[in-house]
Amino acid sequence: MWQWLTRLYHRLGSPKWFYEITERWIFWLALGSAVTAVIGLVLGLLFAPADYQQGDSFRIIYIHVPAALLAQSAYMMMAVAGAVYLIWRMKMAAWVARVIAPIGASFCLIALLTGAIWGKPTWGTWWVWDARLTSMLMLLFLYFGVMALQQAMESEDASYKAGAILALVGVVNIPIIKYSVEWWNTLHQPATLKLTEKPSMHPDMLWPLLIMILSTYLFFALMVILRTRNEILWHERKRQWVRKIMEP
Amino acid sequence: MEFNSFAEFIAMGRHGLYVWLSYGLTAVIVVYNAMQPVLRRRRLFKEQAQRLRREKHNAPSA
Repeated sequence: MWQWLTRLYHRLGSPKWFYEITERWIFWLALGSAVTAVIGLVLGLLFAPADYQQGDSFRIIYIHVPAALLAQSAYMMMAVAGAVYLIWRMKMAAWVARVIAPIGASFCLIALLTGAIWGKPTWGTWWVWDARLTSMLMLLFLYFGVMALQQAMESEDASYKAGAILALVGVVNIPIIKYSVEWWNTLHQPATLKLTEKPSMHPDMLWPLLIMILSTYLFFALMVILRTRNEILWHERKRQWVRKIMEP
Repeated sequence: MEFNSFAEFIAMGRHGLYVWLSYGLTAVIVVYNAMQPVLRRRRLFKEQAQRLRREKHNAPSA
């Protein structure tokens, strides 16, 4: 097990290995993400029953919840990649952290925007300074901060380190987001999905949500891979194997 | 199917504006994200070709 892990680590650290192995994944990730998105959207928009309190505005859940979940998972991934760079100086980890930041920020923005739009018909307001909303806004600013630091310094190495440190410090915000609906009296409804409990949603409403979450994660994996491949092409442009790929 | 007509589907029980605004904004952000790596890759290839041409040009002719 340990041997297997160290071998995987060394392989992941090799830009060439990553570039070559992901070549075959791109098509399947794109297909999987697109197919699940179509199924999830058709089921969610056309076949899920309307909510008995919120009516059809609840259909925003099919983008809001997957985006909010992904924004948090992506942040954790970015922090872990940053830590790997700080500890072991693996440059691939720094590129991955750099690449995740704008994608995570995009999904955080989607969660905030759709949340505000959903809030209007449901709570009668676009925005309240409630614990869940404020901590999600913090997450967006953390993403912006990490993105700024990742290109702020003279040297690339120092920029990546600064970004990684802020990413790691900002991890404290993740449990705050998660428990904000329990610790404080918030306008935001409690978690829709809980790992430890049976879902309270009707299966016809729940399935499209699970499918959309899967679709969002597949899309995220695809985006991280495509952007990391570009980072590899750029940083390794002088190497023989990259020159061979990029030869006209 | 929850809706009896296309008009009803668009109306989303009087919440059409909110639902379609959410989905529209999300689509814009997702499409931008999907296009970014494709465009960057194309630009990288173009720049590399330019670099190679410059190298060839600057190389002393034998």
